[in-house]
Formats: sequence, C-alpha cells, structure tokens
Amino acid sequence: MRMRGHSLRLLGAGGLLLTLTFSLGSCFTERQNEGAQLYTAHCSSCHGDQGQGLERLIPPVAAADYIASNRAELPCIIRKGMQGDIVVNGIHYNQIMPGHEDLTDSQITNLLNFLQTNWGNTNQPYTIRETAELLGRCNGSDGQ
Amino acid sequence: MTTSLRRAGQLLAAAGLVLSFSLGGCSSSSTEQAAERLPVLGFKSTEPTSPSDTLPDPIPAFRLTNQDRQVITNQTFAGKVYVTDFFFATCPSICPKMQSELLRVYKAFKANPKVLFLSHTIDPAHDSIPVLRDYAERLGINDASRWHFATTGRDSVFALAKAYMTGAEVDATVPGGFAHSGTFALVDSQRRVRGVYDGMVAEQVDQLIKDIPVLLKEEAQAQPVAAK
Repeated sequence: MRMRGHSLRLLGAGGLLLTLTFSLGSCFTERQNEGAQLYTAHCSSCHGDQGQGLERLIPPVAAADYIASNRAELPCIIRKGMQGDIVVNGIHYNQIMPGHEDLTDSQITNLLNFLQTNWGNTNQPYTIRETAELLGRCNGSDGQ
Repeated sequence: MTTSLRRAGQLLAAAGLVLSFSLGGCSSSSTEQAAERLPVLGFKSTEPTSPSDTLPDPIPAFRLTNQDRQVITNQTFAGKVYVTDFFFATCPSICPKMQSELLRVYKAFKANPKVLFLSHTIDPAHDSIPVLRDYAERLGINDASRWHFATTGRDSVFALAKAYMTGAEVDATVPGGFAHSGTFALVDSQRRVRGVYDGMVAEQVDQLIKDIPVLLKEEAQAQPVAAK
C-alpha cells in the first residue's frame, strides 16, 4: 500500500515534469529560433545570410562595432529604417535601409537578441519592456 | 496580334521542351549539368517569312550611358558574351542579394575579357551617373569596361527588360516603387538570349557559371562563319 502510493506519486511527478519539459521545450525553441527566422526573412537579402554585408555597399551586422555601440538606437533603426552615411568597423556606408512597421515589439526584441548574441557579437540582450521603451523614442512601439 | 502571341507561346513551349529534355537527361545520368549547346530563347513578334524562320527577335538596338559617362550600344558587346540584369541603387528588397550573386559570376570570369556584365538601372530619375559610379565602386567594380552600370530613358529600359525576358515595371505597391524579378540573362554575340537565371537562387547562378563556358566554346567555333 505504502509502496504503491509512493510509486504513483513518483509517476505523477514524473508525468508532470515530462509535460512541463515538453511544453516549455517547444515554447523556448520557437522563441529562440524566431530571431534567426526573422533575420532570414527581413534582413538576409541585404545584410547577407551570415550577416557579412556586401562589399562597401551594405554594412555587416556580424562582428560589427556599430551593433555594440548603438545598442539603444537599434530598435528605432529597425522600426523606422535609416539613410545617410554611417561608419561600421571603420568603413563608410551610405544606403537606404527600409523600416519595418510590420514587426511587433517582441519580434524586434527577438531579432535584435539574435544579432547581439551571434556571429561574433557578444552584447547584452534586450527585454521586451526595454525594447518597447527604446521604441517609444521614435513613437515606434506597438505595445505587442 | 493573336498570331504573334500564339507564335510566342509556341516558341516558349519549344524552349520548355528543350529544357525538360536536357533536364531529364541530366537527372538520369549524373550530377554534371553541362549542356552541349544552349537553347535560343526570346519572343518572335513578326510573321515567319518561311517555315524555317523560327528564331526569336534579337535584342533590339540600344544606346545607354555607363558609370564613366561613356555611350554603350550593341556594338560595345560585339564579339563578346554578356550577362545582364535590372536593378536600382536604392532598391531595398532583392537587389543587394542579386548583385552579390552577379558579383560571384563576375569574379568567376574576371580574367576573361570575352565575358562582360551590364546592369541597367530601372530608376533613371534617381540613379544619375555619379550615383551609378558610386554604386559600382562600392561593389568593388573599378573597371567600367567589364561591368557597365548603365542608364537610359525609363521606357527604353522597360522595353529592354522585356526583350531580355527579365520582368521589370513600375509598381507603387512594392517597396522602392519598382517590381522586378531578379533575373539574369545570358546573351551571345548575335544578340540572342541563351539563358535566363533567377539571380536570387544560388543553384541557378551556379548553372549560369557552368553555361558561360559552353557558350564561349560555341562562339569560338562559330567565329569564322559568324558574319551574316
């Protein structure tokens, strides 16, 4: 009787753990990949499939000093786009980057976190709240 | 009108048949996809003058200005083969990817002066000569005689895009204001399109890199009888 109760409890706990692992697992995997997927869909055609950029035409986002030193400006750059001369890793670039009104605040967060922590960038990631605040500077937060 | 359309349809169907045959051949044998002879592609707008008159129209006469302010015409490409595409400098969608793929082809044939490149801007209002020059230099192209970045009137450039079988048109609904397909056309010294490739698909660009030597071989063999 005692044995049986014990093993049932164990089974229940195990089952709960299993369910948790599965649900959390799928949740985290999707979220983790979202940044990479968004990069491929919205950025790779210009910035390259490995973030390498294109000659002196399009700046790299991989191992880019600009990504580290303009951390606070990046959410608005993605939302509103940019133009004019910029210097990345000591090289001048001057192209028009289109804005992305179609991305949510959380998508911009995931996209930026992918960039800030991959391809030679080792910078601090953003929380969604922080991204939303930074987006507020250019009236670019959609609150989602 | 209807006849010429039907004619164009027949030609396209014929081209498709040739393509499916050659594709069929390669899938059954090996991974090597080098054709012995490239098909002649394009549209025929006139009635055939005889049953054997089935070849499509050649690329029409054109007059463009390149990034060095030099006038370039069909004559600029006499005795050469060239790869052409349509782009614009401020294009936010497919152009950088497309031009980086064309750069790959350029690098593969950099040492061969018989292979030229011609990128047409479809936004002549913005892409002035200095803009084109700047774009070319930023892409790493300093020799305008090998890769021309050229401009002409808007109507002419869209007519040329059609002749090269690469779609390009004004479209206010797409980012940048122009719709275009990212197609590369391979053109022989007789002003005929010998291949069209999707510049956004690396495998098709690989195929172009394989096809250029096939065309060069044909050109070298045809040299003595090329005059018509």
